[in-house]
Amino acid sequence: MSIGKILFSYVIFPGFIFTAIVGLFLTWIDRKVTARIHWRVGPPWFQPYADFLKLLLKETIIPEGSSKVLFMLGPLLGLVAMSILAVMLFSMNFDPTRTFVGDLIVIIYLFALPPIGVIIGGSSSKNPLASVGASREMTQYFAYELPFLFAIAIVILKAGGSIRFGEIILAQQMGGSFVYSISGVIAVVVILLSVQAKLSFIPFDIPEAEQEIMAGPYIEYSGVALALYKITRAMMFFLLPVFLISVLWGGFNNWWAILKFLLVVVLIVLVKNTNPRLRIDQSLKFFWVGLGILSIIGLILAFHGL
Amino acid sequence: MAKAKLWGLKKSPWVFHVAAAPCNNCDIEILDILTPRWDVERFGIVLVGSPRHADALLVTGVINRKSLPRVLRVYEQTPKPCLVIGVGSCACHTHIFEPSYNVVGPYDKYIPVDVYIPGCPPKPEAIILGVVKALKRL
Repeated sequence: MSIGKILFSYVIFPGFIFTAIVGLFLTWIDRKVTARIHWRVGPPWFQPYADFLKLLLKETIIPEGSSKVLFMLGPLLGLVAMSILAVMLFSMNFDPTRTFVGDLIVIIYLFALPPIGVIIGGSSSKNPLASVGASREMTQYFAYELPFLFAIAIVILKAGGSIRFGEIILAQQMGGSFVYSISGVIAVVVILLSVQAKLSFIPFDIPEAEQEIMAGPYIEYSGVALALYKITRAMMFFLLPVFLISVLWGGFNNWWAILKFLLVVVLIVLVKNTNPRLRIDQSLKFFWVGLGILSIIGLILAFHGL
Repeated sequence: MAKAKLWGLKKSPWVFHVAAAPCNNCDIEILDILTPRWDVERFGIVLVGSPRHADALLVTGVINRKSLPRVLRVYEQTPKPCLVIGVGSCACHTHIFEPSYNVVGPYDKYIPVDVYIPGCPPKPEAIILGVVKALKRL
């Protein structure tokens, strides 16, 4: 591949710009569905783009006494990780042979980078509420990562022990989607709830609980830095359902996949709108005890081929 | 560039609510306009929790010796193309508290106020009308 083609794939399609545009559109779907559930009209379709444009052109304030490098590294880390992830997910979905050993593990770690960026940014912004938010984000990360990894282990077992993302997609195209079995359903439930927590949506929006600690780690961010956080969040909202469909629901390479994708997104928004927020200890207990045991049961079932 | 900036600011004004010693009537009316009945998200208006995210400050209450430094600090913390909207008669002209020993005057003596919305308290419709008029005039 030439340099120009590589740059095109990272910056325009399916990298940064494409993912950002679709992700912002998904945040509009989120806001509109929320509004309709509240029996309101809701914002117009260009609302997220207007928000983003406005934030880009506003003043960016770096708080006095905070580390400038770390403060700006926080938002950039997640953005870069999401752009790379978009390229990996889509290129392997379109052509499953372009895979390498252990790319599933690379994908899991790239999904872990945005929370790390939030933790770095929150702890370096010299604000007590941001510190509380960052520490909650850290606890939350440890909480949801355990059942998430168990669910991924179910997928690996069902794909015959392969940790290549492309082979998982190929195995589903040959022998049917993994979701149509008991352990597959358990994996979908666990990953869906982990996705809810990864996006910090209600009931797991503990790190940025609006009513207690305002915006949590984002409280000192303004202008471009806040816009980068928003767009990272939007890209995650796009890529996490794509990842879920790729590993469990038959890959993302035909037109049906878009319908499945919209179904998953609306399900996430409905869960967000019908639940109260948990406390951080309740969330930890829910993920480690509740979903942990459920995913171990799923692992045992998958081991026996159910 | 300036046009894009203006469009973005007009289409998504995020408001921060500065309650500087009000009697809470205006605050209740401000919370009312966020309810499904009035639904200001139609215009892209969202209530944010931090002045760093805000494009417009909704100031309520009569300004006094204690609250003046806080209000000035919140105004300085806001990133700069920002509107200040005085809600209620107290914010516009100190209302019945004018002869009080503690009152240091209306807001526009200290920070530039763009919109005045009189009323004690103003109706939610009046607040929305004021904000929309201000956005049209930008």
